[in-house]
Amino acid sequence: MEILDLTASELAAKVQARELSARAVVDAHLGEIERRDARIGAFLTVDPERVRAEADAIQARVDAGEALPLAGVPVAIKDNISTEGIATTCASKILRGYVPPYDATVIQQVRAAGGIVIGKTNLDEFAMGASTETSAYHLTRNPWDLERSPGGSSGGSAAAVAAGFAPLSLGSDTGGSIRQPASLCGIVGFKPTYGRASRYGLVAFGSSLDQIGPFGNTVTDVARLAAATTGHDPLDSTSLQTPPIDLSQLEDGRLAGLRIAVPDEMLGDATEPGVRAVIEAVIARAIAAGATVDRVSIPSIKLGVTTYYIIAPAEASSNLGRFDGIRYGPRPDNAAAKGHIGLVEQAREHGFGPEVKTRIMIGTYALSAGYYDAYYLRAQQVRAVMRQEFEGIFHRYDVVLGPTSPCVAFRIGDLNDDPLAMKLLDACTIPANMGGFPAISLNGGFADGLPVGVQLMGPVLADEELLRIARALERELPDASRRAPRT
Amino acid sequence: MGISLDEIRHVAKLARLDLDEGEMVALQSNLNALLGHFEELKSVDVSGIIPTSHAVPLENVWAEDVPRPGLPREQVLRNSGLHRAGLFVVPQILED
Repeated sequence: MEILDLTASELAAKVQARELSARAVVDAHLGEIERRDARIGAFLTVDPERVRAEADAIQARVDAGEALPLAGVPVAIKDNISTEGIATTCASKILRGYVPPYDATVIQQVRAAGGIVIGKTNLDEFAMGASTETSAYHLTRNPWDLERSPGGSSGGSAAAVAAGFAPLSLGSDTGGSIRQPASLCGIVGFKPTYGRASRYGLVAFGSSLDQIGPFGNTVTDVARLAAATTGHDPLDSTSLQTPPIDLSQLEDGRLAGLRIAVPDEMLGDATEPGVRAVIEAVIARAIAAGATVDRVSIPSIKLGVTTYYIIAPAEASSNLGRFDGIRYGPRPDNAAAKGHIGLVEQAREHGFGPEVKTRIMIGTYALSAGYYDAYYLRAQQVRAVMRQEFEGIFHRYDVVLGPTSPCVAFRIGDLNDDPLAMKLLDACTIPANMGGFPAISLNGGFADGLPVGVQLMGPVLADEELLRIARALERELPDASRRAPRT
Repeated sequence: MGISLDEIRHVAKLARLDLDEGEMVALQSNLNALLGHFEELKSVDVSGIIPTSHAVPLENVWAEDVPRPGLPREQVLRNSGLHRAGLFVVPQILED
């Protein structure tokens, strides 16, 4: 079997058994990137020499007898995760040329597990968007249809896996930025419980919502990278005092006897008929496999988008205050005469793109004197209501199932005129960020030849159980393992 | 009740963005569209609801107050567009 057809788990086993060299694995993937990424645009930075050196270092550890769960496996990294010595831009001009002096904790963990950072992937600027179109550098295209968006904001990480450039990647998810591109690209994307993966070295967007998580072609691969990149980290004070995700019972999940809730609010008119049909078919398979499925109502889902677009920009407006053109990023030439504030204002004016400016403005407004109670405080109260409603559901059900995205991959440029259209796409994914719940998207089937993700969401800290259920569901879904054409 | 251009100017100042006129007009229209949508939050009865500021309940995390090495100074300065004698250079802040 060709290297590019192997799963991450198979690759690691073969490298560990010394049937394949780490060098051969990265060369195959670098070759594919070289051949096809000019068309896809998944990567912002690839440094083949460095990748080969990393592969040789891993090989030496394997040769020395070290057991490595990701031995020689290439992992593509979203470009808002800090990598020592490798440019990290957040797809923004304000970080053009910035080279972090340290690695994010998850990067250290990937390397400790034998994984190889193959490159840095494109995203919406500072992860603000759902199409990867707000990147200051270039577009990323969906491997299933090059005229369409891969989704976002982790569109480059999703496209890299779907295109076969890497068997695994890492993204970040603030309102759906792992799960939605996984859905649109027909792969698996997992957002762990808030606090299970360290955010140290992740450039902050909405700190109470952000979580790092893996993409892969199978639930097993994704679980393997999740296991390697979770666990308590003293460098992130919001990281939970819990062990890394445990894979030992991944194969033990059963749909028989499982209690599944399907919220009406996720299958309403806003959801495309083709998407609804795929989700209905997935539900029918789950029932046939012995699960109980009830339609439920979770009214706060309808308020999720509004709540999110107050809380996330508010947090972002504060987090992005650090970008001042002084300590990193391009420094304006002619601003010295306008004093310190003038310098900062110019660096930010020229460094941030329109979507980022819009969100900084919303957030600053929502937090400003006179509006705080009407917007930010009320949004936090609705967030509490949402969490309570979901916790009520999780008392009676093991998992919430629905579409990940209300639509399949849309055409590039189609949703850019209306400031709300793109944001409404986050309706099904936002609740997991609001409540910190673990959630996963896997390919449920196809509508008009384009993948449709099914999302499973579980209660806080039920990551292992959720992965077992996703693995059990994956066995019932014939389309789950279909891969994009390598055109 | 929409957001005025003067308010946009004020918020831009708070956000340290040197917006040009065209951007301000575009942002006014964008923000008004979003704020109009935000009105739906007023339909929820939130009386007595304690606001949640985080995804999962957290308690204060304390660290021992012991010195530990930071990043080497030259590495920290390497990404700066202008530094001198081991310091970041900024325009004069205080008047003469």
